[in-house]
Amino acid sequence: MGIEKESYNPDQTPKKHALSLQLDVSKFEKATDEEKKQADVMSESSSFFRDGMKKLRKNPLAVFSIIVLIIILATIIIAPHVVPYSYSQIITVDGRRDKSATNMAPFTYSKMEQAYMAKGGKVFPHIMGTDELGRDYFIRVVYGTRISLSVGVFAALIVLIIGILYGSVSGYYGGKVDLIMMRIVDVIYSLPDLLMIILLSVVLNEVIKPSGNGFLAKLGTNMISLFIVFGLLYWVGMARLVRGQILTIKQNDYILAAKVSGAKGSHIIRRHILPNSISVIIISAALQIPSAIFTESFLSFIGLGVKAPMPSLGSLASAARSGITTYTYKLIFPSIMIGLITLAFNLLGDGLRDAFDPKLRR
Amino acid sequence: MFKYIVKRILLAFVTIFIVCLITFFTMNAIPGGPFAGEKAKSPEVQAALERRFNLDKPVGTQFLLYMKNLAHGDFGISAKTGREISATIGTKFKVSARMGIFAVILAVIQGVFFGSIAALQRNKWPDRVIIFVSTLFTSLPSFVLGSFLLVIFSVKLGWVQAWSPQHQSLILPVLSLAAYPAAYITRLTKTSMLDVLGQDYVRTARAKGVRSSKVLFVHTLRNALIPVVTYVGPMIASILTGSLVVEQIFTVGGLGNEFVQSITNRDYPMIMGVTIFLAVFMVTMNLLTDIVYKLIDPRITLE
Repeated sequence: MGIEKESYNPDQTPKKHALSLQLDVSKFEKATDEEKKQADVMSESSSFFRDGMKKLRKNPLAVFSIIVLIIILATIIIAPHVVPYSYSQIITVDGRRDKSATNMAPFTYSKMEQAYMAKGGKVFPHIMGTDELGRDYFIRVVYGTRISLSVGVFAALIVLIIGILYGSVSGYYGGKVDLIMMRIVDVIYSLPDLLMIILLSVVLNEVIKPSGNGFLAKLGTNMISLFIVFGLLYWVGMARLVRGQILTIKQNDYILAAKVSGAKGSHIIRRHILPNSISVIIISAALQIPSAIFTESFLSFIGLGVKAPMPSLGSLASAARSGITTYTYKLIFPSIMIGLITLAFNLLGDGLRDAFDPKLRR
Repeated sequence: MFKYIVKRILLAFVTIFIVCLITFFTMNAIPGGPFAGEKAKSPEVQAALERRFNLDKPVGTQFLLYMKNLAHGDFGISAKTGREISATIGTKFKVSARMGIFAVILAVIQGVFFGSIAALQRNKWPDRVIIFVSTLFTSLPSFVLGSFLLVIFSVKLGWVQAWSPQHQSLILPVLSLAAYPAAYITRLTKTSMLDVLGQDYVRTARAKGVRSSKVLFVHTLRNALIPVVTYVGPMIASILTGSLVVEQIFTVGGLGNEFVQSITNRDYPMIMGVTIFLAVFMVTMNLLTDIVYKLIDPRITLE
């Protein structure tokens, strides 16, 4: 096979002696540096992650949603330091409470503020007007966004952790363990989640009373019960996904190879199975964030959300319904924020899936 | 097949039993009974009331008694109004169900129609517009959409009368209920349709000269709708139960409203009744979905 047949021409007598090796000495010279460079691989090696990022950058909707999320994030971090009002503070002018500053339209000033400005004082504009108690609406929307976002991210984390642990154990060990664990999942999956949230909210309200002045105490028991419910009920979808992934990956030969060479179960899960399924899992966790924000706003809406005066986007929208005909802007601002955040996360999740899901890659 | 159905029905019963168990014992964990909020009663009245609702017996006995009555279709009577719970659920559910059925029909028709168009016109402007609009609608909570619909069409334009006993116009609540599932079905139909359009049997049908309308309706759409069916079953249950918010916005006196009220009233028998009713409903819908799924797609082998 290795003999070069083209170089042998039977019509031509060889130039040298027939028994000579007929070597071309120049072919055995050392390569110069220039030649070595040419032999180098031209393109940089591309990792799975870098490849996906490149695809993601080409997706205008995903880039747009990343920009939107960054702007929102920057606003909710910076705004409380710039705007001189706090979310629970009723507007005061020159040290006195301003009773006329209720339900103002965006970028308007109350009479007291106008008088104060005429005297040369400075008043920070009410970018989104004020609410029915005379609180600056912009800062309330900012804090509401903070709450809604952190609820979304935190809930997604809870779901991710529990789902991965449960799903990987069930999927890896299979057999009786899997059967029992999946029956439990089936049962939890068929529980009416909304009813359970409401029931638990009612019960936990009585059972736990967070003490002190921490973040959790400010959020109120309803939020804690929301987290608990997420931890108890919502992980089942994630657990099913992880289990499905593992069942497919388990069929691969490299798992068999690892088992044959004596690797432990936990090692195989950590080193072989999770890295291969992590992209699908992360994407589905990213899509969990908007759904958690939805649930939170829904609960706030029916009055089971964060504790007043702490606002969330859902409770702001709910409160705005009472004066909806005259002060429509109060509904519009929080609604737009909910819409923007969920839209951005949904588009980003779709973009991530297109870029990173191994099944969709061609 | 038969074995599978029997297995699923058994699982459904287990689920329902666990729902009963959880509901019963969480309700009992709450301090303060259903009669705690009202005016002070004499101990005799209190004792009589507790005897009437079996609250004086141990919790285990209470639960067994309740399950026994439940097996006879008896949900007991409301601790607040004294009316039969099964009767209340019956009338309230009719209101919710009427609204929900219209919403389901609207969502399915709209979703399948636009989803198919998006798939057939892939990467052209109709596809982009449809997918953008449906993504937008999946990002709006139903209460936001409902409030806006109410403001725009009832208050500002005055086209549709707001809900009252005289004007039971279903248009706005049905629209706000249907928006999210319709958008979801659109996206689902599009993906599964694209999947089917790429299959060999569709290409074969085209190559042998089958009319394009027949290819679309017989070969493509029928197969593309299988994932949609699996979504529609649980959706029916969630629309009928999740209409809580929409019912509040449009002040429709349905089952959702009743449930929230019973929670605030601490009406234990009522809460349990509604929860168990809804749970049975949802579990049944899931069961039916799985069986139908198996029937319409023989390729699927279940366990």
